[in-house]
Order: sequence, then structure tokens, then C-alpha cells
Amino acid sequence: MTQSTLSTASTASTERRPQPALMRPPQLSWRWWPVFRRNLLVWRKLAVPSLVGNIAEPLITLVAFGYGLGLLIGQVQLGATTVPYIVFLASGSICMSAMNAASFEALYSAFSRMNVQRTWDGIMNAPVRLDDVVLAEMLWAAFKSLFTSAVILAVMLALGISHSPMLLLALPLLGLVGMVFASIALIFNALAKGYDFFTYYFSLFLTPTMFLSGVFFPREQLPGVMKNISDWLPLTAAVELVRPLFLGQWPADGLGHLAVLVVYGVVGFWVALALTRKRFRS
Amino acid sequence: MTQPLFEVVDLSKRYGSNLVVDQLSFSIAPGECLGIIGPNGAGKTTTIRMCLGLTSPDAGIISYLGGGPDRAVLNMPQDALAIKERLGIVSQFDSLDPDFSCAENLLVFGRYFGLKDSVINERIPKLLEFAALTHKADAKLGELSGGMKRRLSLARALVNDPQLLLLDEPTTGLDPQARHLMWERLQRLVQQGKSILLTTHFMDEAERLCNRLLVLDHGKKMTEGTPRQLIADNLEPDVVEVYGTGALALVESPQHALIRALAARVEVSGETVFFYTGDAKVLLIALGEFPELRTLHRPANLEDLFLKLTGRQIREAA
Repeated sequence: MTQSTLSTASTASTERRPQPALMRPPQLSWRWWPVFRRNLLVWRKLAVPSLVGNIAEPLITLVAFGYGLGLLIGQVQLGATTVPYIVFLASGSICMSAMNAASFEALYSAFSRMNVQRTWDGIMNAPVRLDDVVLAEMLWAAFKSLFTSAVILAVMLALGISHSPMLLLALPLLGLVGMVFASIALIFNALAKGYDFFTYYFSLFLTPTMFLSGVFFPREQLPGVMKNISDWLPLTAAVELVRPLFLGQWPADGLGHLAVLVVYGVVGFWVALALTRKRFRS
Repeated sequence: MTQPLFEVVDLSKRYGSNLVVDQLSFSIAPGECLGIIGPNGAGKTTTIRMCLGLTSPDAGIISYLGGGPDRAVLNMPQDALAIKERLGIVSQFDSLDPDFSCAENLLVFGRYFGLKDSVINERIPKLLEFAALTHKADAKLGELSGGMKRRLSLARALVNDPQLLLLDEPTTGLDPQARHLMWERLQRLVQQGKSILLTTHFMDEAERLCNRLLVLDHGKKMTEGTPRQLIADNLEPDVVEVYGTGALALVESPQHALIRALAARVEVSGETVFFYTGDAKVLLIALGEFPELRTLHRPANLEDLFLKLTGRQIREAA
């Protein structure tokens, strides 16, 4: 026994091969696609109930607030123009729906696949890298979010809230919004010990974001510090980009807002990947 | 020995101050079934995970050398994906998709290898038949028994037609019927020329399936060889187990020193005394003097070897 302890000590003192860096650049390949496709196949089976769940809630909010509060508020001053409250709310709440749908998928559903069902472990027994699995989850959450946005947009068109042809441009933007919030959510997915953790994310980050980003009321009403925070929130950038399209206008400082979203997306995904690698490193 | 299919040289892995795998080397020949046996926490699963590139070793080389026409020399971790393309893996815990039927599980998994749907769909009926799950092709996972799930995991590991299978405790938690069916299938794979690396702590499983065994404890290789050869090299051929009132006195009391001298080695586990001997006859006659004792005479087996090498104490850490 003593001898084996001695040899253990001598082996342990020899140099160890360094572990690959957690923040190394993402190593991505086409292999994300079969993983994405797997999620698509599950979803196709559950599409109808999940569709109802995803879309009913944002529409109820829109109808309740839009027609209820809209009657009290009437018009909202937006720069030089005034717009009906329902248009103001619709253009903001569709961004919020994109955010919520992506966040929900990249937290609860991704966590189920990663931690509970061990789906990721199974996938990585095949020639698929963790980086591609995380990419697939991000794109999948963005896709689901985009799908939700598209259906809500269709309902808004049907309700006659806006007829601007520029709304077509809103879809790729909302897809990007989905990618950004999916990436950020995957950071918290990587850190989570259980589902309870996500409640914090929703109530401490997403809910304040919702009220600070000009979804329900103009950001100009916010007190100084809040306004400064609001300027840098990803949902603010999303609303600033999408709302003018509802009015048939080009966004002011469109490139600036787009840059904010891209930075949040890229940094978010990179950090999420690093933390997920850390979680899976052993 | 022919060119090995898979080779591990001087593999080490440490978690904090705990050396989990300690300069482990082994190789697997084409068509061979190698068993790694060891108590819980011996380093079996860590070794398998390193072979898959899921855990990065602190030192050592892991290479897939290929046999026959497939003569690629691939090394972990840089060729991890190319190696995994050639492996079939059944991990200790099922990672099957609960949302899919048996057939869909195979289809979706085959896609991860970049296989075309037409190729996978052609293989699915054969794989289901192999797993004795043809009648469950469209059944959801929840409708399967534990044994069926393990066999589906095995079928899934075969979807890419691998040369080498890595099986981490493939029959843990199965009832005897399910285990026998699993064994029969694994033997069939070896007959087909596949190589298998298997971890287990069931000695009957190791003896039945493996051409060669490697005993692992505290991350170190204790010994290696064919089951028969290991028993012959390390143990006396006969074992007499003695239990009942007064059994322990045979070990402790000075007046029984003569009986003890009839055995090459005496061990105690709980209330039972184990006499290891080359000649059980004399010992059994001597033990006949104690009618209150019960004796069991049997040939030495792998379990005796395992306990001799790794000790009889329970592993608290496991």
C-alpha cells in the first residue's frame, strides 16, 4: 500500500497536459443540423398544443391591454407623430414575445434535453461536438421564437393593426432577436442546477427588461438612470428597430441598434459556449 | 499478436489530488472482447470517457489503429470525431429519446453520423430484429422494459456499423432473463468479428463474454489475461467455504493451527471462512470432525480472484 501511495505521488507530480481553453473560439460545423432536426421532429409531434400555448398568451395580452388600456390612452406621442396605442403596443409586444419564446425554449426545454433526458450525452457519443450541440440549441430556440413571431404577426395583420409592407422586414429582425435571447438564456442554462434557477432569470432580468424597453409605454417617461440602462438593453434595440416598421418608417439609427443586438448575440453565445464547456468538462 | 484495433498507452487522469486512472495501458485486437473489471470507483467509467474524448486525460495516448482495410491511425483528441464515427457506444445510463419510437430513435441517431435517411432506413429493420424489438418498432420508449431499452441502446450503437463497441456496464440493473438475452447478442457480435470493450462488475458476465480481462483498482492495472489463465496464475484451484457455529474459531484459535496449515490461504468474510487449497480432500476430511460446521467445496472462480486483488471491504466512496 505504501509503495502504491509513493508511486501515486510521483506520477501526480509529473506534468499534466493542459486542458483546452474554455474561451477558445467556437468550433462549428454542419453537424448542428441533425441536432436541430431532432428537435424539429419532436416539435412536429407536439406542434398544435405548443402553438396554442405559445401564441395564446401574447395575443391575450395584446387584446386586453390594447383594447382595454388603448381606450383610456388613445394616442401615444412617438417623436413627431402620434400613433394609436394598439399599434404602439403591438409593435413592442411582438418583440417581447420573440424574447420570451426564445428564452423559454433555451432554458426549460434545453435544460430538459441537457440534464434530465441526457439527450446531449447521447448525441456526443456520436461524432458531434458540444459546440455544435449548443449552436443547434441556440438556432432551434431562435427558430421556435421566429415561428411564434410569424404567427402573431399574421394575426396582427388580420386584425388590421398595421398594413405596412415594411413589416416583412420585421421577420428577419425578430429572428435575430430570438438568436440574441436564446444565446443569453443558454448562459443561464449552463449555470443552472435545476429548473428553479430560471425563475430568477425571468423575474430579475426578463421582467424588468420588458418594462424598461418601451414595450408598454414610451421610454422617454423613464427617470434618468433607468433611461440610461434602457438605452443599452437588447430588447430596447429590438423595439426601436421593429416599431417604425409598423408605421411604414425606417428606424432611426438602425445600424446602431443592429450593432447592439449583434454584440449581445455574439458575446452571449460565446460566453454560453464557454460555460457549457465548463459544465461538461470533467 | 496481430495489429491492435484500439490502443491506450500510459493513460492518467487526476481529479484534484485523487488519481483516478494511473498510467493505464491496454489494447484491443480485431474480433476480441476485452473486459475491464474493478470495484465501484476503480476508474472504469473515466477510462471509457477518455476513450471517447469526453474527458481529457492528463497524460497518455489513445489511438484507433483500424484493422483490415480500415488502416487509419487516429489519435484522441485531435481526431475525436473520426474515431467516434468508427465506434459504437452504450453508456452506463440510457440516453434514449423518450419522445420517439424505437425506429425513430435509430433514425435520429443515425443522422448524427451524417448517414443518409435511405441508408439508415435500410438498417433499421435489421437492427430492431437484432435487438428483438421488431414488434416494438413504433412503440414509445415508455412502453419498453429495462431490458428492451438496453437492447435498443445497443442497436443504436450499431447504427453506424462500428468495428469497436464500448459498453459501460451494459447489463447493470437487468433481470436474469434480460441479461442472458443481452449476453447472447454480444456474443453474436463478437462472432461477427466486432471488437468489444466492456466494463462490468459481474464476474459471470466477464467470464462468459470476455476473451481477455483487465483487473482495475484505484486506477491501476492489477493484472491482465484470459479468465482461465488469471485464475490459474493467481489462485489455488480449490475453495472450501466454511460457515456455521464455530467457523470463525477455525481461524482464531491456536488449537486449529493444523487445519489452517492444510490450506495455502485462509480468508474471512462476515461469518464465512474461505480456505484456498491445492488439495481439498485432506482438508474436507479434517473438517469432518466438526459436524456443526457446513462446508461448500467448489473450484476457484473469477470472483475469488477479484476479491483477492481488490479486497473484501466495501468501497465507501462508491
